[in-house]
Amino acid sequence: MSFDYSQELPVIEGKNTFAEITDVISKPLETRPNKKYYIALAISVSLLLFGATCLMLTFIYGTGMWGNNNPVGWAFDIVNFVFWVGIGHAGTLISAILFLFRQKWRTGIARFAEGMTIFAVMTAGLFPLIHVGRPWLDGWLFPYPNQNALWVNFTSPLLWDVFAVSTYFTVSFIFWYVGLIPDFATLRDKTVNKVKKVIYSIVSLGWRHSNRHWHHYEMVYLVLAGFATPLVLSVHTIVSFDFAVSILPGWHTTIFPPYFVAGAVFSGFAMVQNVLIFVRKIFNYEHIITLDTLEKMNKIIIVTGSMVGYAYAMEFFIAWYSGSPIEVFTFVNRAFGDYAWAYWTMVSCNVLFPQLFWIKKIRRSIPLMFTIGVLVNVGMWFERFVIIVTSLSRDYLPSSWGFYTPTVIDTGILIGSFGFFFTWILIFIKTMPVVSIAEVKSVITGGQPTHHGDAQ
Amino acid sequence: MDNRNLYSVTGLFDTPDEIVQAVEVVQKEGYTKYDVNTPYPVHGLDIKMKLPPSKLGYFALVLGLTGAIGALFFMWWTMSKDYPVVIGGKPFFAFPAFIPVTFEVTVLLASVGTVLTMLFLYFRFPNLSHPLHDTDYMKSVSLDKFGISIEAEDSLFDVVRVKNLFEKLGAKKISEINFDEEFDKKPKIFEPKFIVFLIFTAIVISGASYFTLNKLLYMDPFNWMMEQSRVMPQSHSKIFKDGFGMRNPVPGTVARGSMPYLFAGQPDTAGEKLVNPYFPDERTLSLGKKKFNTYCSPCHGSFAKGDARLNGQFPNPPSLHSDKVRNWHDGRIFAVITEGQNIMPSYSQQLTPDERWAVVLYVRALQRAVNAKEDDLK
Repeated sequence: MSFDYSQELPVIEGKNTFAEITDVISKPLETRPNKKYYIALAISVSLLLFGATCLMLTFIYGTGMWGNNNPVGWAFDIVNFVFWVGIGHAGTLISAILFLFRQKWRTGIARFAEGMTIFAVMTAGLFPLIHVGRPWLDGWLFPYPNQNALWVNFTSPLLWDVFAVSTYFTVSFIFWYVGLIPDFATLRDKTVNKVKKVIYSIVSLGWRHSNRHWHHYEMVYLVLAGFATPLVLSVHTIVSFDFAVSILPGWHTTIFPPYFVAGAVFSGFAMVQNVLIFVRKIFNYEHIITLDTLEKMNKIIIVTGSMVGYAYAMEFFIAWYSGSPIEVFTFVNRAFGDYAWAYWTMVSCNVLFPQLFWIKKIRRSIPLMFTIGVLVNVGMWFERFVIIVTSLSRDYLPSSWGFYTPTVIDTGILIGSFGFFFTWILIFIKTMPVVSIAEVKSVITGGQPTHHGDAQ
Repeated sequence: MDNRNLYSVTGLFDTPDEIVQAVEVVQKEGYTKYDVNTPYPVHGLDIKMKLPPSKLGYFALVLGLTGAIGALFFMWWTMSKDYPVVIGGKPFFAFPAFIPVTFEVTVLLASVGTVLTMLFLYFRFPNLSHPLHDTDYMKSVSLDKFGISIEAEDSLFDVVRVKNLFEKLGAKKISEINFDEEFDKKPKIFEPKFIVFLIFTAIVISGASYFTLNKLLYMDPFNWMMEQSRVMPQSHSKIFKDGFGMRNPVPGTVARGSMPYLFAGQPDTAGEKLVNPYFPDERTLSLGKKKFNTYCSPCHGSFAKGDARLNGQFPNPPSLHSDKVRNWHDGRIFAVITEGQNIMPSYSQQLTPDERWAVVLYVRALQRAVNAKEDDLK
């Protein structure tokens, strides 16, 4: 086969008119949800309610309902926190970093991935809030003038987390909203429903598609992407500081920040890929979210998966090379101790299975890539479990060793977090355009002038 | 101009190429107050329109620096000025530990601030009363057409000329845009519907805040763990057979710091076996005096002469200056204070053993003062 590299391949398949793009993207918003949607919503809301019940029991009877015990004070709640923050990272990576790299294939998936970022960070944010045990005092996390005349401890990684996660949420939300304004304006001009018209008018702020506005808009989008890129790298770095800044064996390592960021992108891409497979099928977006796009995502999964695998190996090497017997013990214990099953689940799901993506057939087969995506997320959840629970249950003093077993409540809250996340996703796909209308129009064939004049 | 309500004349084009060409001509003709409306940013249009580069990047820079400096200053003030606490041996101004928060605040302020600047300062949003809104022109450009709109305010504007220009350029549709007829009428803000909406919103928000802050936070489970599955003092308990939540100590339990009194009912043995552990120094005597004046003097009198003001109401207490009492061992007096004697009750609840010994010493001092020895006078 020979390729003409002077021509860019179209990111959107087929010949589409601008009106067709608007129609196909806004169709889910204009039609009544079908039976399948209600079934999906019922399942996800049931999971959410199950989690909410477990959470209510926690609030009433206290965190004693969880399996947390004395050495293992951080367990499912922090595992889930790190897991969900990680899921969010793919969205910002797609919308900001790929934007800076001028990767046009991102246009079809950016909006959805950004939405996922927001919902994942919301889900993640719940866990530290409930982990404190008295969630009604969560306002104390922020530095505000108070009657106790106390300030938060700005030298603590846990406080950095508060700032990182709340900034991440705010900036992602702003980024998402800025992208949505032109689409809301398009919907405002398209809808015939009076109520929808009022809502779209308010949220589009009176956008007029004016080129004098687009001019500044593109600048701001660039600035936002420029800020969101270091931000997304900083968020999981700071999350990893929660561990790396402590002195616990297995946590106190400098490899944590890059390793966590790679892992976050890894799991995030797997989640985006999984959900998009459904979205493109249900809403007939196969020509917008193309198989090529999914294949490119799988390539990123294999890159980040290999980085994670390298980090696992390097952790073992450094444990041995450091000559610290406690560090060596920690890692041997991870692989062969009480939680060896979790460790080997993690290694097989994160390191072995994604390597199958080297084979092009697997990379382009929807059922296989879906399965591998699910396994990646299972593996990444177990990675956080292994890091947190094995290190805490076997620290320096054998007299303070313990064993952690999750309770039904723990598991219920984990299940509930999935319900929470997917309920938001389901609401999102029926209320907002899950693909950016304006951005897709700008990349379809015939979307840009054939001769750029001075621009070229 | 006959139509005083005219805002602009618009022309619609089908493809990006056509609009780029049209803009080039319009710019060349010398129009300045015109705008191009496209469903997405068309590359190269801003150059054809000769728009200067957007200055929003500078806003981002200034806001970002403000965030960085503000965050650092705030952390310096809270951590080393307002409430300095040594944490982990770090200096009060622990710069490396302040970097993460500084970075986050920089990003937060720069991104949020730049977007708000663009929307509210540059675009003057929200603006839902622009004449272009709700026109067929706007509906077309937000879907699939590329439009150009030359405003009536432009100095070169002339309806016929502009229309001819658009026709020449091959515009598919040319239309006039008018200001809303009710444009000059009183603002819509004073419409009853809107006022009712405002009042409704105010009531909902204030009610929700009041309920949250004054009621919800004191309800179960947000009531500071008031309800716990523990046994409250003096409450019923199902665990024990007798149903009491509070338990008696196991027989033979000795409280911390207590010395059991082994001579109950045997004052004479106590007199023989017990030895006063204290010496009559200033501290013990002043303690003894205080306790004697409080507990003993009402009956025995301030000088232990048995002549207190309660005389006559009870059988009179004896003087403590009798030979009998003077010849008692300290332990014998201790036994009387501990257990009582005749009508005198036990003072073991009022006086600790140490205080009782101090009282004994004080009584000895009083006895000595009345029956001084020869050498006391020296």
